[in-house]
Amino acid sequence: MTIALSQFDEVRLDRVSRDFGALNALRDISLTIRRREFIALLGPSGCGKSTTLNCIAGLLPVTGGAIWLDKSRVDTLRPEERGFGMVFQNYALFPHLNVRQNIGFGLKMRGTPKAEMDRKVNEALALVRLQGQENKLPGQLSGGQQQRVAIARAIVIEPPLVLMDEPLSNLDAKLRLEMRAEIRRIHNELGATTIYVTHDQDEALSLADRIVVLRDGVVRQVGTPKELYEAPAHLDVADFMGFRNKLKGKVVAVENGRAVLDVEGARISGVARERLSPGSSAYAAIRPDDLEVGEAGPNAIAVTVDTIEYRGREFVGTAHSAGGFDFVFRSHQAVEPGSTVYLRADDGRVLVFAEPTQGRN
Amino acid sequence: MDALAPATTIDHGPSLRQRLAANGFDAVTLLVVPAAILSLLLFIYPFAFGFVLSFEPKAGGDWLANYRRFFSDAFLYETIAKTLWLAVPVTLLNLLLAVPVAFRVRLMRRQRLLTTILVLPITLGTVLVAEGLLNYLGPQGWFNRTLMTFGLISQPLKLVHNYWGVFASLLITGFPFTFLLTLSYVTGIDPALEQAAATLGANAWQRFRHVYLPLLMPGFAITFCLSFVQAFSVFPSAVLLGEPAGLTRVISIAAAQAAFEEYDYSMGSAIAMIMGFVQLGIVVAVLASRGLFYRGPASGAKG
Repeated sequence: MTIALSQFDEVRLDRVSRDFGALNALRDISLTIRRREFIALLGPSGCGKSTTLNCIAGLLPVTGGAIWLDKSRVDTLRPEERGFGMVFQNYALFPHLNVRQNIGFGLKMRGTPKAEMDRKVNEALALVRLQGQENKLPGQLSGGQQQRVAIARAIVIEPPLVLMDEPLSNLDAKLRLEMRAEIRRIHNELGATTIYVTHDQDEALSLADRIVVLRDGVVRQVGTPKELYEAPAHLDVADFMGFRNKLKGKVVAVENGRAVLDVEGARISGVARERLSPGSSAYAAIRPDDLEVGEAGPNAIAVTVDTIEYRGREFVGTAHSAGGFDFVFRSHQAVEPGSTVYLRADDGRVLVFAEPTQGRN
Repeated sequence: MDALAPATTIDHGPSLRQRLAANGFDAVTLLVVPAAILSLLLFIYPFAFGFVLSFEPKAGGDWLANYRRFFSDAFLYETIAKTLWLAVPVTLLNLLLAVPVAFRVRLMRRQRLLTTILVLPITLGTVLVAEGLLNYLGPQGWFNRTLMTFGLISQPLKLVHNYWGVFASLLITGFPFTFLLTLSYVTGIDPALEQAAATLGANAWQRFRHVYLPLLMPGFAITFCLSFVQAFSVFPSAVLLGEPAGLTRVISIAAAQAAFEEYDYSMGSAIAMIMGFVQLGIVVAVLASRGLFYRGPASGAKG
């Protein structure tokens, strides 16, 4: 294989900040990315994930902190001097150049000899499985093919770091799954180091070795997909990890990492994920999968069913409690809309978080 | 075979209105009518009238006499070269100036303000610009006086009533138009393309050369044509700022003289037709060369 990515040990973001006027889009982002890692930057829109990526690529200057590639500082370099490969959300293929010319663009800018360039472009074409399409213009390609060209163009310059900015968001659902697997395959085959921006937790969970959850320009949690999925550190991370039911209540007791909440008179106990003090407000977060329709009893709350949808293997229902909390739950039997049922969750599956302080915390 | 026949025959196909609408004709199409009438009255009719008139020489003779006279009289046929010698360099220079300015303005936040300032000369009109230039660049104008005060020159430069006076005036009145067109083409290009080129290692010049320029060429061709046509029909500034009997005797002056000094409308029409065909020739040549360039959408993704 002639495409051999530049090797290094780590990329380090050291308290990177980016201000837009008075707005702090990024605040003190510190992160170390090791060689061959697949890192996903995950967060809702406006959280600073794309800003982070653009700062690493050099498309946006940082306003504070530094970015290091091993021992050399890169945040002071222009993007063309950094040599990171980037895949853009809209692919940004050169519309006047055919597939081969698009992929070869970076090599041509570097003055790579023709023979070597041809060899590398052919290999990149094979890697993204686009042989036979070399002479087409980007406008003649489907979305998935354009995506492949964008990836090939980014990796053929043998970058130490591959940056991807929501590369799948313009594809339809089926193609998205297919390309997701392709991206991971290419990452593995090349032994690449990838930073991948997404707002889709499924993508992040399935692709990444480690996930960085961002919110309001601040790192909220860094961890493996399993860590984040099973043990989100904050309510907003939990929200992102599929804990869609959030019940606000008063802390009644805290003991041995367990907390008991009073939610509308019902006692809900769960695993305390943050420091809690009795009497304070807190949230119990529960996944739809962990709620079951059952009888009154411990860890159960009365709700009125709003809708029930048939989903093949199960039903998905929505409901609301007397206090106005909305619920999403799954059920194996149909329940009548308008009826009152009890939703119950195992206390081991309930996570309890302190109420977020107003604004940024 | 009977089994395959439709059970009931359809008596009515789509109505005439539906069929017309399917071909793009509906009530809205009627809105074109006033514009069509206007262009017929104000453009096509006078053009056709002039065209016919040009083949009816005032002095008699055969139908091509006017054209023969034009191309045998150096005083007349040289106006083509003189006009081109003004219009082509002015247009090229304007385009050359407009591109870097447009690239800079594209990134500015106060774009509107700067654009307004740059566009102001359009509203001034040629005559006002000519007056201004006569005062400013004249032998006693600020420009010459300043240069003389600093001892850079000992005698005033002759900058008006010659080629350069007309040149400057055309440049000033033509620039805003060229600039606005150029700006619209430049801003029409997806900035992600430049960013992509940068991450791929292209420096500023390479990004311009390999990304912007090829995508802008068709737009530049159109801009050139429109600006050129404006400059080619130069009349007031050639009279006011140039030497209308000598170096800047442009083709429109020849036409005006024939029509309004010799009262030979037929000859005037013939010159106007020749002027039209020269313009058309250049425009067609430039537009045809567009075929050599990429002409699709200037963005990186499917629309």
